[in-house]
Amino acid sequence: MTAPKTLFEKVWDRHVVVPETTDTPAVLFIDLHLTHEVTSPQAFQQLRDRGLRLRRPDLTLATMDHSTPTRTEQVFGGAPIAIESAAKQIRQLERNCAEFGVELFGLRHESRGIVHIIGPELGLTQPGRTIVCGDSHTSTHGAFGALAFGIGSTEVGHVFATQCLLQRRAKTLAIEVANRLAPGVTAKDLILGIIGQIGVDGGTGHVIEYRGAAIRAMDMEERMTVCNMSIEAGARAGMIAPDETTYAYLADRPRAPQGAAWEQALARWRTLPTDDGARFDRTVDIDAAALEPMITYGTNPGMVVPISAHIPERGDDPVFAKSLAYMGFTAGEPIRDQPVNIVFLGSCTNGRLSDLRAAAQVLRGHKVARGVHLLVVPGSQQVRREAEREGLDRIFIEAGADWRESGCSMCLGMNGDIVPKGEYAVSTSNRNFEGRQGVGARTLLASPLTAAASAIRGRVTDPRDVLNG
Amino acid sequence: MTAMKTLRSRTVVLPSTNIDTDQIVPARFLTTTTREGLGRNLFADWRYDENGRPRPDFVLNQPAAQGCQVLVAGRNIGCGSSREHAPWALLDFGIRAVVSTEIADIFRNNSLKNGLLPVVVDTATHEWLLANPGAEVTIDLEACTLALPTGTTVKFPIDAFARYCLLNGVDELGYLLSKDAAISAYEQRRA
Ligand code: SF4
Repeated sequence: MTAPKTLFEKVWDRHVVVPETTDTPAVLFIDLHLTHEVTSPQAFQQLRDRGLRLRRPDLTLATMDHSTPTRTEQVFGGAPIAIESAAKQIRQLERNCAEFGVELFGLRHESRGIVHIIGPELGLTQPGRTIVCGDSHTSTHGAFGALAFGIGSTEVGHVFATQCLLQRRAKTLAIEVANRLAPGVTAKDLILGIIGQIGVDGGTGHVIEYRGAAIRAMDMEERMTVCNMSIEAGARAGMIAPDETTYAYLADRPRAPQGAAWEQALARWRTLPTDDGARFDRTVDIDAAALEPMITYGTNPGMVVPISAHIPERGDDPVFAKSLAYMGFTAGEPIRDQPVNIVFLGSCTNGRLSDLRAAAQVLRGHKVARGVHLLVVPGSQQVRREAEREGLDRIFIEAGADWRESGCSMCLGMNGDIVPKGEYAVSTSNRNFEGRQGVGARTLLASPLTAAASAIRGRVTDPRDVLNG
Repeated sequence: MTAMKTLRSRTVVLPSTNIDTDQIVPARFLTTTTREGLGRNLFADWRYDENGRPRPDFVLNQPAAQGCQVLVAGRNIGCGSSREHAPWALLDFGIRAVVSTEIADIFRNNSLKNGLLPVVVDTATHEWLLANPGAEVTIDLEACTLALPTGTTVKFPIDAFARYCLLNGVDELGYLLSKDAAISAYEQRRA
């Protein structure tokens, strides 16, 4: 009998081409390489400089999302893309994909979207796969029991040329989430709560496996929200063992296995979950039932409090003081009722259909508060179409929101969708770093429910107050 | 990549903890399609005011920082985005080593691939470095040591393979390409 193994160890072991030694890292085979316009140009250039071809175009997929416009007239209407360097980067990706034979979902493609939304949507993200992308939120795909992590542009070049990466095996961290989330408390609140507890470097050097009753009760979109922000705890990757929920999500997706291949895949996938008795290097326990809606008050995702709490006091810690000064907050004051100028609903964390439904449920029959700008950016063109089929776009537009084409948009403000200096944005994205959403922008990360409720009141609002009253 | 054996330089100190890669190089500069020229955007929002003028009180703008090749930073530098533009910008500015008690995984990895040396030290050494900006330190990659001007020398950990590549100025792609037969065999097995 072989020793019991964790999910991570099983996926790792199945992809080792050359085992690691003290002197050399392992050569790890990559099953799926997703790529986009921002971190790929230098990698394609690396191939050109060395006269190399792309080894496995069949395992590579490109899309454009980070710097793309979200205004319909710039995507479909022939209006010029407002930022010239972004337009150039988009054209460069088109040329690179044509030259190296990579499938590309270009600007007007019906399957285009944020790279971490489209992989699962197409059924390309599958249990047991190794998945990489030149983007740190690649951890999202771990929700399916894949080993998925972000890499830099040099490594993007390595995968282009060899379909492999040099890797040292990470340590394992089990996060056991007991009980169930209360109504009005979402997967986003859970992951913010976890980061608040373990810290923004709490997962450094580790691959997290999220386990326990609360995780098993989640649908795939909720699991993706959780795994997405693993990197915000510093982890290499986050994973969730596949189960019937996973298989039901994948069945009949266009790029999932079909027929006999599906049955074979299912049999393989069922062997993946962590064996009883397998050991993790560390374990952290979380009680889901004790969580409230969470919201950040500072300049990293670990600076987070329950929405009913006050901004903490940290004596004369200068880094903490600088962060609060940037945010324009005072230690000890409540976070609730702080004024809000902008609400951003979207991103690879919360830009899926269920997120839009949740926000629409809060917004239905309401108007956005005077002076508040609500920007709704679906995570993919498919999410946009599905939302329109359900009439969610009408709810948003009637509430006074701006309904856009898909992309990363205001999550990182590369395409010109930015939060003006000094303004407060409640955002469903994943990073509240200084300047992340624009120079001087002040970001409060929260769930789609909290974001929608705050848009209605124009102040930081507990969504349960709107939903119940 | 140029080979590196020893590095002797004064330090420049940024004591903030959790300096993320969005600070090191903000997203709006990522529309570039090359690796070059990012040094001018290094820490852009800390370094320049709204009108693009250097802020005289920011440490990298001070005369003492010019020519420094060693950046000492607070715990967990390089967290957040995987953008390799962060080490490219640091290198283009002239930094060759980053010293902290903890360096985020992807940033450390990206740094090693470009000849920017990540040096993780113990808390006591770190505190001394934070308290003594501009100190002249010597980093010896062969011995994996960092020597303070006080005479104290500390060891730092580094992956053996990454160290080999840095010492010899070779990149990892050559090694990966040399494993072609093993990769093909793996592909056949899986097909
Ligand atoms: S939505 Fe934001 S976090 Fe996600 S891939 Fe795009 S820029 Fe990165």
